[in-house]
Amino acid sequence: MSAGPRKLRPLMPTWRAVLAIAWKDVRAELRGRELVSAMLLFTLITVLVFSLALELDANARRDAAAGVLWVTVAFAGILGLGRSLSAEYDRGSLDALLLAPIARSALFFGKLVGNLLFVLITALLLLVLLSVLFNLALVQPLLVLVVLLGCIGFTTSGTLIASMSVHARAREALLPVLLLPVALPVLIAAVRASGAIINDLPSDDWLPWLELLAAADVLFLAAAVALFDYVVEE
Amino acid sequence: MTYSARRTRWLRALTAAALVLFVLALLMDFLYVGPEKEQGEAQRIFYVHLGSFLGAFISFGVSVLTGVMYLLRRDARWDVLSLSGVEMGLGFSGITILTGMAWAKPIWQTWWTWEPRLTSVAIMWLAYAAYMMLRAGIEDPEQRQRFAAVYSVLAFGSVVFTIIIVRVRPDTIHPVIAGPTQADPTGSFEVTGRIRDTLLFNLFVFAVITVALLWHRVRLENLARLVEQRKLQALTGHWGD
Repeated sequence: MSAGPRKLRPLMPTWRAVLAIAWKDVRAELRGRELVSAMLLFTLITVLVFSLALELDANARRDAAAGVLWVTVAFAGILGLGRSLSAEYDRGSLDALLLAPIARSALFFGKLVGNLLFVLITALLLLVLLSVLFNLALVQPLLVLVVLLGCIGFTTSGTLIASMSVHARAREALLPVLLLPVALPVLIAAVRASGAIINDLPSDDWLPWLELLAAADVLFLAAAVALFDYVVEE
Repeated sequence: MTYSARRTRWLRALTAAALVLFVLALLMDFLYVGPEKEQGEAQRIFYVHLGSFLGAFISFGVSVLTGVMYLLRRDARWDVLSLSGVEMGLGFSGITILTGMAWAKPIWQTWWTWEPRLTSVAIMWLAYAAYMMLRAGIEDPEQRQRFAAVYSVLAFGSVVFTIIIVRVRPDTIHPVIAGPTQADPTGSFEVTGRIRDTLLFNLFVFAVITVALLWHRVRLENLARLVEQRKLQALTGHWGD
């Protein structure tokens, strides 16, 4: 090996490294079943608490559905994101991943794809659950699109911030405090778009929010790619 | 590191100037401009409201620029400036929110309403409060500075969001002084000559106050870190440099 600092060329193409890391998380989840099951149970309990706390009639359910949907996704997502990163940290496998001859952005996107998959599964099942319990037709293409875009923005900022908060004392308490103010523009846009779609409003009422959501996703992805290198450099 | 007498004199002069200017600005707010013709005395708080927001904007701007500089250069002095910027910004935006509430009570008949700009400024304040939590939670100094710099970039998004929100959301009731507004704001007023003079002077004064306070805060942080260093040296018995 030649002397002096030389940038090592990644041994495999980035997309394969991304898929390998995401697949590792999926396999670990299929064997352990601790992440998604915890998120799903939490989701179920949260919806029950909302129903009890709000004592909703048919009209109120229609108005509250978007808020219940996104508050539940956000909290369940925080639960899953924190767990996903702290598992790597506690087992020391984060160091092993950092030693791997792959680009740092591949590591970020690998974790992001895995996390996004888990949050999306939870959110889509929540849509079904709310459709049944709130007696609303929520499983419709537009709403699924909003859920997809909202989950991308939330999970992108969440993966970046969870990789920092995992090093902190009281990390479980710190993650929501750090993540929610940053992710709020995404959550607000997602709630407004979902609310308008659930209430069958014309496209003027949800299209601007959908565009804002897509723009925020692009911005968050760009910011996360630029900043992730600085988060994991030891 | 010790501070030269010369720099200390400069800082003292700036501090004295800031104090005198602030008194002058208050005199202008209370005596030079008359009561506004629709809002009366309540409108006088506007000068401190916008002035303190300028202070917050400068401070948060300093924090994000120096945060980026820290990531590029890894010099702890950039981190000191970034931290000082966030603390100043939290204080100034706190004043902006409180003075806004005091104004909103007589004009909007409520202390607080969930209106786009009020919501976004609350988010902004919370994001920077979270920055302080992040710093407090990380033990390793190098890691703390690095993460803080990364988060200062993320948090600045909420500042940009606060500034543009009233210009893109048509349903805001918050008045906009400069630039286009599509809104139907409640509590707008006509900017007369005296109001403009007072406003510009207040903005200038708040900029001076911000610079003076930032300077003091940076100096305090440097001295605090020096004390930490000396304590460590005393404990380990190494006096090194």
